[in-house]
Amino acid sequence: MSTTASTAAEAGASDRAGASRRSGTFYRGDPGMWSWVAHRVTGVLTFFFLFVHVLDTALVRVSPNAYDEVIETYKTPFVNLLEVGLVGAVLYHALNGIRVILVDFWEKGPKYQRPMLWTTLGIWVLVMIPGTYFMLARTVSEMFGGGH
Amino acid sequence: MSESLTLDKPRSPRRPAARRNNFELYSWAFMRISGLALVILVLGHLFIMNILDDGVHRINFAFVAGRWASPFWQFWDLAMLWLAQLHGGNGLRTIIDDYARKDTTRFWLKMLLYVAMAVILVLGTLVIFTFDPNITA
Repeated sequence: MSTTASTAAEAGASDRAGASRRSGTFYRGDPGMWSWVAHRVTGVLTFFFLFVHVLDTALVRVSPNAYDEVIETYKTPFVNLLEVGLVGAVLYHALNGIRVILVDFWEKGPKYQRPMLWTTLGIWVLVMIPGTYFMLARTVSEMFGGGH
Repeated sequence: MSESLTLDKPRSPRRPAARRNNFELYSWAFMRISGLALVILVLGHLFIMNILDDGVHRINFAFVAGRWASPFWQFWDLAMLWLAQLHGGNGLRTIIDDYARKDTTRFWLKMLLYVAMAVILVLGTLVIFTFDPNITA
């Protein structure tokens, strides 16, 4: 039922000894398995962030000052960098989720699952380059540009 | 009466039938439907809050008050809260089922998960509905 990633390395070693992996027989160690691992990791991280985020937003019911103080931490350089990580994690989870839906419901989905993975990663890079720029521009200019 | 005459087939499994209802089917369908909605809701939220205009640097109490003055954004945030919490909670339930090795561990991890989900859902919903832009500092 469940497949844990810990066995992937040794499994990969023996699977790859045969040519079967290239012909698509084996799941272990395949990019398809790693896309599943990444889907789980990004999903769990996002869920934990959501827990904290609802709590910090709830401070609007305490006082404007309490909310403004906690939201200031979101604007510090280190947390700003974590936000880029969050957006990257959510974007991967969204794109790979669409891929999973297409594999499940599109008749040619299973056939094109691998090209769809590379497409997913391509879109991710294309979106993250300008996204990272706009998220960090102000922080970087304030740290190194001596003002804005 | 005739039941007393039936015998188990040889090597019949002792476990109860694995599938007594369609819960896991609905859960599978929910992940895909809510996932599609969340692509719009969450990516839209992240774009507005982190990228548009000055991103996170323009967010403060007044900014939140301005957004929640509109029923559209109230509904957006409420839908996002419920769908994300149920989608993420269901994902974590699957992960606990996969990796917990003992039934007691599995039970308590799920209880912790369900309590956390309930707290976040109730608190988040209350905050959206009872938000007061004129709250005193």
